[in-house]
Amino acid sequence: MAQDEPRFHVPAPHVRPGDTPDFSHLDLQAAGEAPRPDPSVAGMETRDLALGLIGVLDHNHQAVGDWDPKLKPDVLREGLRHMMLTRTYDDRMLKLQRQGKMSFYMKSTGEEAVAVAGAMALDKGDMVFPSYRQQGILFARGRDIVDMMCHCISNSRDNLKGRQLPVHYTWAEGNFFSISGNLATQFPQAVGYAMACQYKGDKQIAASWIGEGSTAEGDFHGALVLASTYKAPVILNVVNNQWAISTFQGIAAGQSPSFALKGLGYGLASLRVDGNDFLAVYAATQWAAERARAGHGATVIETFTYRADAHSTSDDPSGYRPKGENEIWPLGDPIARLKNHLIGLGEWDEARHTALEKEQNELVIASYKEAESYGTLHDGPLSPVNSIFEDVYAEQDWRLRRQRQDLGV
Amino acid sequence: MATMNMIQALNSALDVMMERDGDVVSFGEDAGYFGGVFRVTANLQKKYGLDRSFDAPINEAAIVAMAIGMAARGLKPVAEIQFADYIFPGLDQIVSELSRLRYRTAGTFTAPVVIRTPCGGGIRGGQTHSMSPEAFFTHIPGVQVMMPSNPYDAKGMLISAIESPDPVIFFEPKRLYNGPFDGHSGGALSSWGKHPKGEVPEGHYTVPIGKADVVREGNAVTVVTYGTLVLVAQAAAEKAGVDAEIIDLRTLVPYDIETIARSVNKTGRCIVAQEAPRTSGFAAELAAQIQEECFYALEAPIQRVTGWDTPYPHAHEWSYFPGPERFINAMNAVLEA
Repeated sequence: MAQDEPRFHVPAPHVRPGDTPDFSHLDLQAAGEAPRPDPSVAGMETRDLALGLIGVLDHNHQAVGDWDPKLKPDVLREGLRHMMLTRTYDDRMLKLQRQGKMSFYMKSTGEEAVAVAGAMALDKGDMVFPSYRQQGILFARGRDIVDMMCHCISNSRDNLKGRQLPVHYTWAEGNFFSISGNLATQFPQAVGYAMACQYKGDKQIAASWIGEGSTAEGDFHGALVLASTYKAPVILNVVNNQWAISTFQGIAAGQSPSFALKGLGYGLASLRVDGNDFLAVYAATQWAAERARAGHGATVIETFTYRADAHSTSDDPSGYRPKGENEIWPLGDPIARLKNHLIGLGEWDEARHTALEKEQNELVIASYKEAESYGTLHDGPLSPVNSIFEDVYAEQDWRLRRQRQDLGV
Repeated sequence: MATMNMIQALNSALDVMMERDGDVVSFGEDAGYFGGVFRVTANLQKKYGLDRSFDAPINEAAIVAMAIGMAARGLKPVAEIQFADYIFPGLDQIVSELSRLRYRTAGTFTAPVVIRTPCGGGIRGGQTHSMSPEAFFTHIPGVQVMMPSNPYDAKGMLISAIESPDPVIFFEPKRLYNGPFDGHSGGALSSWGKHPKGEVPEGHYTVPIGKADVVREGNAVTVVTYGTLVLVAQAAAEKAGVDAEIIDLRTLVPYDIETIARSVNKTGRCIVAQEAPRTSGFAAELAAQIQEECFYALEAPIQRVTGWDTPYPHAHEWSYFPGPERFINAMNAVLEA
């Protein structure tokens, strides 16, 4: 028998399946209220920003306040296009996974601004160390969709030779580091990379993304120690999408009122940002990049967002959270918000939006058709079997040569 | 030629490589200003500056991760883990990241990191400063594993490790840092100055990865081992008057099966030895491979000389340590069979 009252404290979300979705407990700073300090500010001076919420787009979809990055309409439309393509791609890939075309898939629905705005605010030469839900970076950096799909279906054109689960992309040409799949491991690596950039004397910086749940990992704290100690030119993003598979954010947050606040303990500049506000994510990343490039050190950015869909194709959120939460998420949908902002500026309209959706949908369908022409996981062709013995070491030693012969390849 | 102990030889390897290659950097806990608790990195900060030889926070996972990130950007990091017993917080970064980066990126990213770490007992280090955890690392595809047994090899092997395009876990048997050791706990401390392998060239040279060294030729029995036990096995063979052929493996991954098989096919008898606990140790891998290669040449079961399946005790250190007596018993057993 379970105890009526737990004998020690275990945090629990406000609502569970069957309850009415409710976010009234969130006390979020309104767009435009947070001040924008100079990027050279001492880390400890950012306390209010770590506890507040940097927002630019207000309820009327207007850009307000000091953080407005004042982007040209072309840049805004580009951001919208990348976010829309990310969503269309995700939706299509989910369907294909359900049809058995790939082993696994992970969508980024509702979080597109985190990756797309973050990537667009960086230089293309900056190295990104993403987690598995930042495919938007690839669209923002212009990766070929057919190549992405070939990876996901592990066919003969998969640039990773079929070695990684779908969505665990690597794209060296686009300065997109390998997605590990083990959580938080890439966070301290990004710091080392950033230090090496300084050592090499270039202006390149590094940025990494992990989920709020992964901040409980030792590697999160290791990364912050390194970033603080060596004042590394790195941006450490914590994507707080409220859910780590079935575990609500409070299990990782404990009694800390924000994830950004954790950066303050290390003396790092720390910002909490409306992650569904393209302009806010862009502005915060731009601020952090400027800070890093000028030698003022690292920034921790918590992007406050909501994972609108399942963790992965192996997950069913109806088992742990009420249906409809994403529809009442107080920070809305990033695509709808940027779209409405552009419409308000007179730089976009419903007809163009619908046309772009259709065009992108056709592009994704055609791309998949092309990707399949290079093979599928089920029917091949795949990378040659003997490739499983390649790239373990620079050269195959006698053990691998013999084992390859044992396999008869 | 100069006379060097193993610490000086390793320091010289770092010095030579940092001089030759501006991308080589060295760091670890106490490894910067102070030069490491065993002084292997002494004077490097003074000579090459703070950004090439520096102190790291006490976080082995972060140290390994930092090295991975740096290596991915083109540096050649040599990270020191202060004791091999402390390496485990960094194990995930080694197993899941360092070892697989080349593989999972199909060769587009690599991390040629060297992780140096002092290992082994015989220094009254107790259970937290005596481990020989090399077997864990030989079970990780993608890393090379090395352990020298003398100053000459230590320098040439560390240079090879730094020049290797693959990550290397480099174990330094700390009992041998200051002098050779025959396994007799009460014996007088000897000096590398009187040992031929204490003669070390001052400049650049390499000892190749994957090449074992036959340190004593013989016909009666082959002893395959590495690190401190190479010297213990030699002392045991002398004392017992056994015509043993002793192979210093030097590299555990990839180990030199050719040299081993040639010797065992000649002697027909074999002892494999490690200081680490017995079960699932590297000696087990050697024994398995040797019987696959040499079964019909074997005249007796392969014997193992190892530590016990216990943590490394403090007070009873010398009852744990596989000293000359255990080697002599094994030699007798394998010769009498």
